[in-house]
Amino acid sequence: MIRLEHVTKIFAGITAVDAVDLEVGAGEVCVLLGPSGCGKTTTMKMINRLIEPTSGKIFVDGRDTAAVDEVTLRRSIGYVIQQIGLFPNKTVEDNICVVPDLLGHDRRQSRKRAAELLDMVNLDPGIFLKRYPKELSGGQQQRVGVVRALAADPPVLLMDEPFGAIDPINREVIQDEFMKLQAALKKTVVFVSHDIDEAVKMASRVAIFRAGRLIQYDTPDNILAHPIDSFVADFVGSDRTLKRLRLLRVADAMVGDPPVVRAEDTLDTAARLMAERGHVSIVMVGPRGRARGFVRLDAAQGRPGMVGENHEKLPCIINIRDDLRTAVSQMFMHDLTWLACVDDDGFYRGYVTQRGITHLLGATYRDR
Amino acid sequence: MTASVAEAGAGHRTWRGIVLLAVFGLGIWAQVSGIVPAILRYREDIVYLARQHMTLVAMSGSIAIVIGIPLGILIARSRIPFLGPAIGQVINLGTTIPTLAILALAMTVLGLGTPSAVFGLAVLTLLPIMLNTVAGLKSVPAPLIEAARGMGMTRAQILVKVELPNAMFVILAGIRTALAINVGTVPLAFLIGGGGLGELIFTGIDLMEPGLLLAGAIPTALLAVLVDIAVGQLQYWLVPRGVNPLR
Repeated sequence: MIRLEHVTKIFAGITAVDAVDLEVGAGEVCVLLGPSGCGKTTTMKMINRLIEPTSGKIFVDGRDTAAVDEVTLRRSIGYVIQQIGLFPNKTVEDNICVVPDLLGHDRRQSRKRAAELLDMVNLDPGIFLKRYPKELSGGQQQRVGVVRALAADPPVLLMDEPFGAIDPINREVIQDEFMKLQAALKKTVVFVSHDIDEAVKMASRVAIFRAGRLIQYDTPDNILAHPIDSFVADFVGSDRTLKRLRLLRVADAMVGDPPVVRAEDTLDTAARLMAERGHVSIVMVGPRGRARGFVRLDAAQGRPGMVGENHEKLPCIINIRDDLRTAVSQMFMHDLTWLACVDDDGFYRGYVTQRGITHLLGATYRDR
Repeated sequence: MTASVAEAGAGHRTWRGIVLLAVFGLGIWAQVSGIVPAILRYREDIVYLARQHMTLVAMSGSIAIVIGIPLGILIARSRIPFLGPAIGQVINLGTTIPTLAILALAMTVLGLGTPSAVFGLAVLTLLPIMLNTVAGLKSVPAPLIEAARGMGMTRAQILVKVELPNAMFVILAGIRTALAINVGTVPLAFLIGGGGLGELIFTGIDLMEPGLLLAGAIPTALLAVLVDIAVGQLQYWLVPRGVNPLR
């Protein structure tokens, strides 16, 4: 969708961007990451020609951007900046419809779309459409800023540290809202950031810049697992493997098809099942397969009685769609080495163990 | 809370009472000393000259607005680096020349009468309008312009849709100041044959006749206040609510 070929920008003898080659596929979120002054913002601004490249070519949707009129080009690309830049003289509604109005789209249609988009970022159109930007909080303003970039339904979105000025709690919320929006709209996004956590959360691919050069361009997991040099390793942090936990789902590390017992089974059966697998505990499920409790091996071995009378409560269970960070956090909190995993309906699907997670994280190193 | 509000309200009422009393006292004094009848004797002159006065204001004011705003836009947005400061310097130099001197200089070129009066007043009024236009445009936050550019507005669209609406309040404040000064300076136009209420004022001074003098001075002051109120209303209603500190 977006392709940079050997793009260079020289400002008064200083090379800001040095022969960058980059390709972003349709529907991908590409995060340009690096310390200040590394050329990431300049690279992004060359895509909609707010900055003209000194040499090299940029293609958007197969068209050479240098051959397109710059105003036409910019109207076809959504643009969000850190300072938001809502026009204080216009209402929220008119702000959102700036580009559709410039393009001469039907006013009724674009106003209707504005209301829909506002609803998608959890702002009530009935309340906010007629407000002025000064009557909104920072977080609300940036939601409108994002929505404004989407109003004319451009295939490509450029975002320059859009959530950088928002407080950490709101930032998480807006990031999640944006990811939901992105999942629905599937735009091709180029996103500038200096926050590795944000990059890991949002990106399909991360491009790491240093002194105008593109150092590494890879998936977030590969960036974290295999930083190409010590600069990238330092930049992503010494706890980079812990950050990978966020990228993996419980389902990835889960052992499926687990042995189960029911309340009416005998302790003897439970002990046998555990012995077969070499487990020290086993989960008891209800009649329809919901996780109800568990039995320890030492509590079951050589004792008479039913599982139903001898089970303990599960201290916590985890959804298979949660990330491993949550899972590990739960394990540490309850001093456990394993967790029972359930799906959205509460049915028992399998278990994750600390050993299993360690193994999963280490897999990428053993393969090489 | 309520107590302090009530207190503030009471203070307000006290002041209003004092001002009312003062105005009333002034009125009694004016009547007793025979000034009001003296002024009223010139009623026809006042109406005629006030009309002439306002014509001068309207002409010189419109010329100043028509020249001052575009000139301000040119200076604020000029891509030629030295043009802005250069024009700014010339204009600043202009402000240091006394009004009377400008009128005198205008007279030597354009002769006696309305044209030189209008010219002098326009030059005088131009300065605040232009300076406020520059200040207003420069105060538009850079991110607004970057956002506008990034969304694909042309330079002209950025000016009309973003910069001018956001600078409007300051620009109108300049016009407000300029016109109030203009109304108060028009009396000087009498000295170069421009007419206006200055005719009563200067004749009053020459004849040592306070009634005649006040018949020119009081309407001049009232007109200045009225013009100020009128432009203030314009400012209130014309500037979009989102960028209007008055609303």
